[in-house]
Amino acid sequence: MTEANALTIAAARDALRKGELSAVDLTMACLTAMDAGDGLNAFVHKTPEIALDQARAADARRGADAPDLNGIPLGIKDLFCTKGVPSQAASNILRGFRPEYESTVTAKLFDAGAVMLGKLNMDEFAMGSSNESSCYGPAVNPWKSDDRELTPGGSSGGSAAAVAADLCLAATGTDTGGSIRQPAAFTGIVGIKPTYGRVSRWGIVAFASSLDQAGPMTKTVRDAAIMLGAMAGHDAKDSTSADLAVPDFEAALTGDIRGKKIGIPREYRMDGMPAAIDKLWADGCAMLKDAGAEIVDISLPHTKYALPTYYVIAPAEASSNLARYDGVRYGHRAKLAQGDGITEMYEKTRAEGFGAEVQRRVMIGTYVLSAGFYDAYYNRARKVRALIKRDFEQAFAAGVDAILTPATPSAAFGLGEMANASPVEMYLNDVFTVTVNLAGLPGIAVPVGLDADGLPLGLQLIGRPWDEAGLLNHAYVLERAAGFVSKPAKWW
Amino acid sequence: MPIDTDTARKVAKLARIRVEETDLAALAQDLSGIIGFMEQLNEVDVTGVEPMTSVTPMRLARRNDVVTDGNIQAAVLANAPDAREGFFAVPKVVE
Repeated sequence: MTEANALTIAAARDALRKGELSAVDLTMACLTAMDAGDGLNAFVHKTPEIALDQARAADARRGADAPDLNGIPLGIKDLFCTKGVPSQAASNILRGFRPEYESTVTAKLFDAGAVMLGKLNMDEFAMGSSNESSCYGPAVNPWKSDDRELTPGGSSGGSAAAVAADLCLAATGTDTGGSIRQPAAFTGIVGIKPTYGRVSRWGIVAFASSLDQAGPMTKTVRDAAIMLGAMAGHDAKDSTSADLAVPDFEAALTGDIRGKKIGIPREYRMDGMPAAIDKLWADGCAMLKDAGAEIVDISLPHTKYALPTYYVIAPAEASSNLARYDGVRYGHRAKLAQGDGITEMYEKTRAEGFGAEVQRRVMIGTYVLSAGFYDAYYNRARKVRALIKRDFEQAFAAGVDAILTPATPSAAFGLGEMANASPVEMYLNDVFTVTVNLAGLPGIAVPVGLDADGLPLGLQLIGRPWDEAGLLNHAYVLERAAGFVSKPAKWW
Repeated sequence: MPIDTDTARKVAKLARIRVEETDLAALAQDLSGIIGFMEQLNEVDVTGVEPMTSVTPMRLARRNDVVTDGNIQAAVLANAPDAREGFFAVPKVVE
């Protein structure tokens, strides 16, 4: 029999309801796997006492009418504020910070009976694509092709590693430019970034507020549907949260996409794209076509400007959001020398507390917002962003139901291998995902195959705004057709 | 436009991040690389395009102008590096 920690949410839910499994036993199995998984550096703050308390409460609540997530052990990205539990966005500047409040997403998950095993590794302030900017050191991908340690991707790298290695049943992630979908693709799991406004951002440490969205990272599309349903919904505490009813996403998984139109954007065919990615994409098209969908070529002409647009807007918003880390109200404060005033306190605190990539982005953001450059960079980027969004609107207006693209330009790369790359080379990891954040659309990464080295590769589906239900159904069809069942061989 | 060390020094100051004099040249080069990448945006014809203010068209919600929170001084100060007598303590601000 499968170890309990290797179950999907759906299978565990059904077993819990039937009384074949207790939440405490399930949680114990995950805690054991978590402790045995220290070599992956995925969990950075463990909360076994909270987990067992929540599991006992879930067992007391068990029954046919308990919520889907009742008793389901999850990992929580370190970006989510969790009351009384370290929540430091993988940054030294928030060392020791224990929030006095609970983020809306984690509060909703706990209300639904979910169990928190601990906090998960990530890139510092979610800025990165390899988990290497974390103050805890990088999380490690459970997949290997040789003796090298590979990145699980980023920024939600700890979430991806933990789910792929069965340390938990599922995890929360956040996605500003691809931070759910790229790590999901690198680790052979499913990750969905919902429509901007579908999930409350309240209590999630802010990176770029007009782009950030939280979403589930799971073993299957069905699990993503179940968990998204519990995370989503209107929240008066987030003024950008949409006051829309949350559909039953799991019920939308009919497996029927006959007559749907799938757009293939020609601009996503990049020069120098690895043959394996090209083939995967063609295979994905064939799978959806076999399922009765119509494949149509589309054009999203401003695609090539998405990355430079993103790297103006995201740092601009980050420089503003991260101004709050000043050594006054929470987190780290530098030791001051005789005669240092408040300016020295700010400057030393931020130099000590922020890592190199965060400092770089805060300064880029400061520059593009500074007098004399605001119009040339920031306002221009906001205009190009409007054009990028219009590209998608025109495709959808022409009848396209979903768009199929690669999720990443390569399989997972080795930790340290990008150490000498320029920041811009690292940013290219987000080339297929970042457009979706700029346009506020839902996007999902689905594992579809393995490359020649045996590493997982994923495809991305992009949906219409607020149509996560339809998007998940397309992803469900792709998942079933691809039949991806591979698991990383345990070495940790 | 390449960023020189004077501009890098100014940006670091505006961002309130201390950068050693000896590190400014490398920082300037780093920032120049990224700004250079952004210059591609100058190719795009944005005539008549309004800058995006909200990715989903929505009216910002208004709530009733009532007190919904408060009397949580201990919670507010709980994470402060230096809190004294109910206040955040900082180095002297005015001489």
